[in-house]
Formats: sequence, structure tokens, C-alpha cells
Amino acid sequence: MSRDVENREQFRPENHDNEHFLLTTVVGSYPKPKWLNRATDLAEDPDSKFTDEHLHEAHDDACRVITHEHERAGLDTVVDGEMRRNEMVEFFAHRIPGYEFNGPVKVWGHNYFDKPSVIDKVEYDEPWLVDEFEFTSNVASKPVKVPITGPYTLASWSFNEHYDSEEELAYALADLVNEEIEQLVEAGARYIQIDEPALATTPDDHAIVGECLERIVSGVPDEVRVGLHVCYGDYSRIYPELNDYPIDEFDVELCNGGYEQIDVFTEPEFEPDLALGVVDVHTAEVETVEEIKENIKQGLKVVPPEKLTISPDCGVKLLPREVAYQKMENMVTAAREVEAELDAGEIDLAAPVPQAD
Amino acid sequence: MTELVSTTPGLYPLPDWAKQELSDLKGHQKHDLISGNEGADIVAAYDRAREEVVSEQVDAGLDRVVEGQLRWDDMLAHPLTVHENVDTGGIVRYYDNNNFYRDPQVRGELTFSGDVAAELDATADLLGDDESLQAVLPGPYTLAELATDEHYGDEAEFLDAVGDFLADEVDAFPSHETLFLLEPSLVFSPPGEDIDARVPDAISAISGATDADVVVHTYWGALEEKVYAHLMDADVDALGFDFVAGDRDQTLYNINEYGTKDDIALGLVDGQNTLVESPETVRERVDWTLDQVQSQTFDTAYVTSNTELFYLPENRATEKLSALAAVADAEVEVEA
Repeated sequence: MSRDVENREQFRPENHDNEHFLLTTVVGSYPKPKWLNRATDLAEDPDSKFTDEHLHEAHDDACRVITHEHERAGLDTVVDGEMRRNEMVEFFAHRIPGYEFNGPVKVWGHNYFDKPSVIDKVEYDEPWLVDEFEFTSNVASKPVKVPITGPYTLASWSFNEHYDSEEELAYALADLVNEEIEQLVEAGARYIQIDEPALATTPDDHAIVGECLERIVSGVPDEVRVGLHVCYGDYSRIYPELNDYPIDEFDVELCNGGYEQIDVFTEPEFEPDLALGVVDVHTAEVETVEEIKENIKQGLKVVPPEKLTISPDCGVKLLPREVAYQKMENMVTAAREVEAELDAGEIDLAAPVPQAD
Repeated sequence: MTELVSTTPGLYPLPDWAKQELSDLKGHQKHDLISGNEGADIVAAYDRAREEVVSEQVDAGLDRVVEGQLRWDDMLAHPLTVHENVDTGGIVRYYDNNNFYRDPQVRGELTFSGDVAAELDATADLLGDDESLQAVLPGPYTLAELATDEHYGDEAEFLDAVGDFLADEVDAFPSHETLFLLEPSLVFSPPGEDIDARVPDAISAISGATDADVVVHTYWGALEEKVYAHLMDADVDALGFDFVAGDRDQTLYNINEYGTKDDIALGLVDGQNTLVESPETVRERVDWTLDQVQSQTFDTAYVTSNTELFYLPENRATEKLSALAAVADAEVEVEA
């Protein structure tokens, strides 16, 4: 059962020109400026005079710059580009008592990941993201979205030494995510995105993710928008089951596959709002505004305009920075143009995309 | 009396210093991975890493010592990804893991390569008179499953070609005590009716190329009954089973229903979890498992991790070696 999705109107900018409103957002990560990577290396070098405080200052500066870069692109909701995060599991595991790190493990070739081990009961200690949320909110003029790695992924991408099953660990972590969201909401957050890439690998576990989400949203007020992002997968294996998830929005990566899977979501009726990936994060070629407008119309095959959110396929951190920026800017321009065409009645909502011959 | 022989299925994690050094020397992209003609600096780094991994096994007291396959960037697909008539395609997922390898696209005849033999020669030199060398290869079905055939055009013909290729590779190996053929694909994506009866022949072609004891090791679950029944036709000394992640009841059913070889390999230590089993725990598992096989006693039981070890951080992989070695210190009496 989807949550109350009336909460999208709070993100409509005051000076919005069009009657229609396609909420524009991003998934989260953004290319780190080169100087930030250098600063990180320096902070790790015991021989340098660059301290952790200096690194903290560098992180603040980077968050400020990237948040403003998102605003310049015209997005309705912004993030800090995850400038403070190294990796989506490690970052949280460092903040959760019960985890330990033993060293890097191979992902592929010479790409490694500090896969953590859960060696004890996981617990909630200090807030994970409240400080960074408050910082970003203070420098942003637009509402700030908070991406959080989901408990199922945090469990799947760790070694489990303590819990009887990965499922049990995922539920324990879901309760911690719920506590964190409570803190974030208290600090003013109104848009939360749960990232569960691990679900794409093991779609048969969709019921576990469902139970995690029930725990995550427990007690979270309706005006807080909760999205779920799942990338790179065979969506038919979790649809229509995801219609039962207690979320406002489901965020998908479909541009990369040329919308081959879009029809998966047309039957039965899609219940949450659809956050549609309309630019490919795996190609450095910037899509034109016209191309993106056609991609947006793919989403109108699934949901009406008032339930459509516009987003890149996934985090853009692997793209060159200027490409990432241009993709966002074109995306926003395309969304505004589609809104105007919708206002003018120029788009046939019964058949928004011409059928192939 | 069943002799317990401690061993591993190979594919070790690189030592942490080598992860860093080789990453700097080779790079991070697809085209930076091992091609079979790497430069002197890279060869030297792998030589040092191999020496370390071999000494660790010797120091731990393992009964069989593997090369460690530290060069196998593409895990079990390696023997093909370095082959001159094979192109490497996109990055594809390695079973259900968060690991990826380059898709080997076979574009010509699978002629003799000698890549693995060279690694084993180097290992044999390190071991000197010690006769504990264990060779490790993917089984023919697994290697064929991990690859894309663009040359042979027929599934059965391709399987046979991969079997013959591996047999020729084994023929060039230095003297070795044991050969492990890893066949996780027999569990993960079982062969269909058109091909399942050919799998034992392809395996027998390989075992015929060596005087060593040959073990076909399977993991990530239990073999389907029919696949198991066919596998029993393979001319090998032992079949290996995953008693950690697998469906134990199904595995025991297969063994008790169809019998098994005179030797057996027991995957009892978890190759995918950092929790290090104590020697006592491993010993209990050995006793329990052998106890469940009512139908026969064994000459030799290989005690091993269920999977390759590269999923683990270096420190935990090393600790698991000691747990494995300790369990085989004494022989164990097993009731018939």
C-alpha cells in the first residue's frame, strides 16, 4: 500500500511557471572535485600537515559548491553530491556499532571494497547524517533530499558473523534507519531516498525489502516523502509486488536499457509515484533536451504527470563533472518544456509516445 | 580409517600490499586486466605474492598446497580470458556475488595455451621436494558456462572442445598430487537433458591426462539428482560437496542413494564469511558429515572451504587456513 503522495506539492517552487509540475531531482552521488580527492589523500598521509579538521573544511567547501551546482542546474530538490561519503556501505558501517573492518575484498579486477563484518548486535549511537543534512540545508535555497543506503543492501554487502540470518540482520538495520529518519525529520528533512541496489541482484528477496520498509517508515509523518531507488535489474521480478511497499515513490534506471522494461509497470496499475531515470549515467554523451523529452514521455505511459518525478538513472559520480552538470541542466529544461506542452494540451496522455511501426 | 587431507579450492585473495602495488602497475579498467603477456614488473609482483601465499599454506600445515591463482582477474574464466583465440567482452556478474569478470568470447579453436602450467611450474619450484602440490582448474562444464561460444556453434561440441583444451593444459602440468576441478555451474545452472550425459565424458578426458587424484568440487548448493547420477559416471577419485551454503539433505540424499566415489571432498569451512571456524568446529562438522553417510567409508576425505577464498579479506583467509590444517592433524576413526 503506497503512502499518501500528496506530499510532492511542497517541492513545487513558488515561482513555478507551469500549471503542471514534474518534480526534478537526482539520485545522489556527484563527481568529486579533483582537489577534494587530493585533500583526502593528504589527510591520510601521516607525513603531511593536513589534518582531519582541514579535511572537514574541505568537505564543507565541496558540499557548498556541489549543492550550488545542483541549484544552478535548476533542480527542484538538491543534494550535496555525497561529497563526504566514500562508499555506500562503508560510510554507514563506520557509524554503526557492531561492525568491524578487516580489509579490502575484490569486486572486479583491481577494484576493491572494504566489506565490513557484523560481529555484534548493530546499534544506533550518534546520528549518521543529521550534521550533513543541516549543513546542506543551510547553504541550499531548495529543499534537500537525503539518500540513505537501505538496510537490505547494508546487510547483503556485509559479512554476517552475528545474526542467524541475513534477513534478521536486515530487520535490525531497518530499525536503525527508522531511528535515523526520525532524527532527520526532526532536523527538518522532508525527502528521504532509500537505496537498495542489492535487491536487483536477489529479487526473490522482495518481501524482505518490503518488511524492512515497513519498519523504516513506522511513525514517519505523511508529509515526509519516502522514495526507494533500485538500479540495474530485471524489474519484472519485483513487480507488481513493489506496489505493496509503503513508499511514495519508486525510482528506476531505465534509460540505460532504452526503456525496454517500461511496459513491465503498465499492468497492473502502478501505485506509487514513478521517479524515472531520463539520462544515462553510463555514457559520457550528453543527451539533448529533445531526447530527454521523449524519455520523459515514456514515464507518462505508466503514471499521469502529477505522479511523475524526473531523475537521472542513478548516481552520476562516474561521469566527468561537466558532463554530469550538463545532463542535469538539460534534464530540467526538458522537464519544464514537457510541463508547458502538457499545459497547452499538446501531449496525448492516452498515447504519449508514438507507437513503433 | 579415513585419512583427512586438508586443502583449499584455490583462488586466494591477493596480499594487501599486492592489491595496491598491482593496482598501481596495471590500472583499474577492463583493458588493464591480465592478458597473459604482462610486463616484467607485474610478473615480479605476482611472483612475490605467489611466494607469500605458498609459504602461508606450508606454514599453516595444509596437506595440499595450491598456487593461489592470484593472477586470475577473471576468476574461473581465466584460462579462457588469456587465450589467444578468445576476446574479452563486457563485465558480467560472477554467479550471485557482487563480483564481476570479463566475458570470454571464444572466436577460434581452443589450442594449447600453457598459461596455468607456467604458474604451477613456478609453484613446484617453490615447493622443491615437497610433494603436496595441488593443481586447480575450472571443470569443463563451468568453464563452458562462463564463456560465450562464437566459434564451435554447438553446445555439445563446445563442451567437448573445452574438455579437450583443459586436458591438454593438464598434460603440460608439472607433477602434482591432486587436481581439483571446480564445477559450481553444475549447481548454479545445471546442464539440460541434451548435454548432461556428456559432462562426465568431458571430465574424464581431463582426468585421463594426469596420474594425480582428481576431485570434482561443487558448491553454492546441492546437485540436482539427475546431474549427480550422471556425474558418478566421471572417471575421477572424489566428488566434492558444499556443506556450508548447500542444501545438506539433498546432498546426503544423493550420496546415500547413488553412492559416491571412494574418496570425498567436504566443503566445511565458509569461504564467504569472515567468521573463522575453530578447529574443533571443523572437526565436529567432519565427524557429523561422515556419520551421515551410512552407505560407505572413505579412504580419503579432503577437508576444504566450500568456495574459493578470494571473497575474504586477507587476514581472515589466512586464519581459515590454520583452522583447516589443524583438523587434519590426526586421523579419525569412522564407524561403518
